[in-house]
This record gives sequence, C-alpha cells and structure tokens, in this order.
Amino acid sequence: MKILLTTTSPDIESDVDPRFGRGAYFLIVDPDTLEWQAEPNPALNATGGAGIQAAQYVTGQKCEAVISGDFGANAYNALNTAGIAMYLFGSCRTAREAIDHYKTGQLQQAGSPSRGQRGG
Amino acid sequence: MIIAVASGKGGTGKTTVATSLALSLAAVGSTPPLFLDCDVEAPNAHLFLKPTFDQCKEVSIPIPAVDETRCSHCCKCAEICQYHAIAVLGQKTLVFPQLCHGCGSCTALCPEQAITEMPEIIGVVEQGFTPEGIHFGRGVMDVGEPMAVPVIRQLLSWIQAAPGQLVIRDVPPGASCPVVASVRNSDFLLLVTEPTPFGLHDLKLMVQIGRELKIPMGVVVNRDNGSGFSGLDDFCQAAHLPVLMRIPFERAIAEGIAQGSSLVEIHPDLTRRFQELVSQIASAIQWEVIY
Repeated sequence: MKILLTTTSPDIESDVDPRFGRGAYFLIVDPDTLEWQAEPNPALNATGGAGIQAAQYVTGQKCEAVISGDFGANAYNALNTAGIAMYLFGSCRTAREAIDHYKTGQLQQAGSPSRGQRGG
Repeated sequence: MIIAVASGKGGTGKTTVATSLALSLAAVGSTPPLFLDCDVEAPNAHLFLKPTFDQCKEVSIPIPAVDETRCSHCCKCAEICQYHAIAVLGQKTLVFPQLCHGCGSCTALCPEQAITEMPEIIGVVEQGFTPEGIHFGRGVMDVGEPMAVPVIRQLLSWIQAAPGQLVIRDVPPGASCPVVASVRNSDFLLLVTEPTPFGLHDLKLMVQIGRELKIPMGVVVNRDNGSGFSGLDDFCQAAHLPVLMRIPFERAIAEGIAQGSSLVEIHPDLTRRFQELVSQIASAIQWEVIY
C-alpha cells in the first residue's frame, strides 16, 4: 500500500509542501516499510489543470491516499471520484512527521476543497 | 481599415480615445464607422456612445458530455486534451467545463463515440446604432465565466464592416488572450498610454504584442501633465514609435468622462485632431511602417 505526500525537496526528511497541484515534489512512500521515492511534480508549471494532472499522477502510481496542505476544487473532485483519501498535514512540518501522524490516525481528512475552480 | 485601440494598463483612456475617434469620424459625413467594444468582461463604451441595441445573439461553446455506458476508459480523450479538461479517474471519466476550450478533439477521437457536445451559453453579442449613426457592436460575457475569447471571436465574425467603412475596436485592458483576439487582423494598433512608470511598463508589453503580430503602431499619450517623467518619451524614441497625439491632464476632462460625456463633447476642438489622427494612421499604413 502506498501513499503520496507533497514535499519541497525530494527527501523523506524534507519539509512538506502545502500545495497539492503545484507542490514541488511528489514523495511516494510505503508507510509500513518506509521505502520511498520522490519525483518532481510534472505539472508544476502547467498553465492550467495542475490539480487534475496531479490527481491523474496519483492514480497512475496506484496510491491509496494523499497527504497535502491544500486541495483545490478540481483536484478534490478528481481524487474523490477516483476514491483516493485526502489528508491534511495540519501542524506537521516534515514528511516523516506527517507519515508518523498518518500511521497513528492523527491526521484530519479534507472534507471539502480549499478554494474555487480556477486556483491557477 | 481596422484600428485597434489598446493600452495594456487599464484606465489609461482606451475607451476615451476610441469613442472620440468614432464620434469625430461620424461628424465628417459619408459612412459613420463601425465601433466594436471588445472588452466583453467589462464593456463600457455604450456609456459614451449610447447605442440602441436591436439585435442580440447568445454565445455558446460546446462542452463534452460523456456517456458512461459507452465509455471504455481507454483515456484517449484525456491524452489528447491540451487543457486537462477531461480526465479518467478510476472508473469514471470526468469533464471540467471551466477548462474546456471547445476544440472538439475528445469528441472526434473517442473510439466508442461516447462523447457528445452540449452547448453551454457563456454570454451574448449585441449590435445596434448610436444617434450619430455609428454601427455599434459589443459582447457581454456572463459573470463568472473564465474565457472571454470565444465571445470576442463571435463578435468579430458576427458583424462585418460595409465596404470602405472604418472599424474601431475598443480592446480590453491587459496583454493576454482577450487582447490578442481583439487585436489580431487589425491594420493599426493605436496604443494609449500615460506618462507614469506603470503605464510605460504595460505599454512595453503591448509593443511586444504588436511586433509579434506585425501590426503598425502609434502612441497617444493621455493625462499628459508635463510631469517630468521622461521614461515614456525616451522609450518611444528608442523604439521608433510615433507619438501621434497628447491629451492634457485636466480635471474638466475627468469630470466630463465621469458623467458619461465623451472627450470630444467636453472639448469639441479635439474633433479635428481626431480626424487628422485617422488620416495620419491611413498614411502610415500605406507606407506599411512597422515600428
């Protein structure tokens, strides 16, 4: 089982990136084994639809859950439709912290999108 | 001849100049010009030219609708879409209408023919005549719609000039897609600016667009108060951009505009100047001068 986090650098010790669609890096990790890999977000500089592209990336990587700070309306809609759970970082600063909080059930789920459809 | 009046920076005086050009030409006799308010997001030329609209048409763009019973989730539509307006998530194909540009690619490419196009209304185009006989057309985009370009394109294709009739396009502010759509295929780009650093910054963006589209350009300096900001004149000189007219910075003008009077109603002596401006532009085009 894999989950995806948005981070500011390609490392499990990295700070988290609060944005989903335009997060700098996608960190994919198995929360049990802590095996991880990171890639730069391919949609970072997209003129539009970054959230949708990011959601498609998540489904392509077969992740079951996503942790980020912020899910715009398009990303929210897309991830919801794909049945992928969305969690919020809350006060976690690093990816490792967020993974720990996720495992102990301390993270809040995103109940609604953070902003409207043309977040940019 | 099509003259597009643009600026880059909002509020510098595009509509002031464009409406004055139209009224000055209408006063000359023969055929009054065709005036097109291309600022479909915030049209305001009607406040000065006061047309009576007698025709109105809805503008719609085709948005895809997916028949899930036919969809095989092959993802061909998602792959072809340049705007990520259609995506396959899990076992569902989602459409994001506000990103759709209505190109029809997904519909055409679907191997299961599972996509149909449904028209979504995004605004209207209207036309009529002013008391002076100016043929007036405008677009009004619905509030909240993200794309102005389809409305602008509809406006420009819907209303054609009579043979020999001069066309004035009042261009939206900014320097992005709606501006390019309004300026494309015009014969001259009249750039209204003001002697401030902000005005100059945005003028430079417009000049780049004019050069890219290979349209001859000239400048009108509005709110010219002899402020001592030399940046504008320096730039125009270095860029070989002719300064065709200067309008003074005057409280009386601001008051009149605020009440819906056009510049040539406030200063009737400027009517002659605007008529001469059109002659200068016509000559410049004849020589095909591109700055």
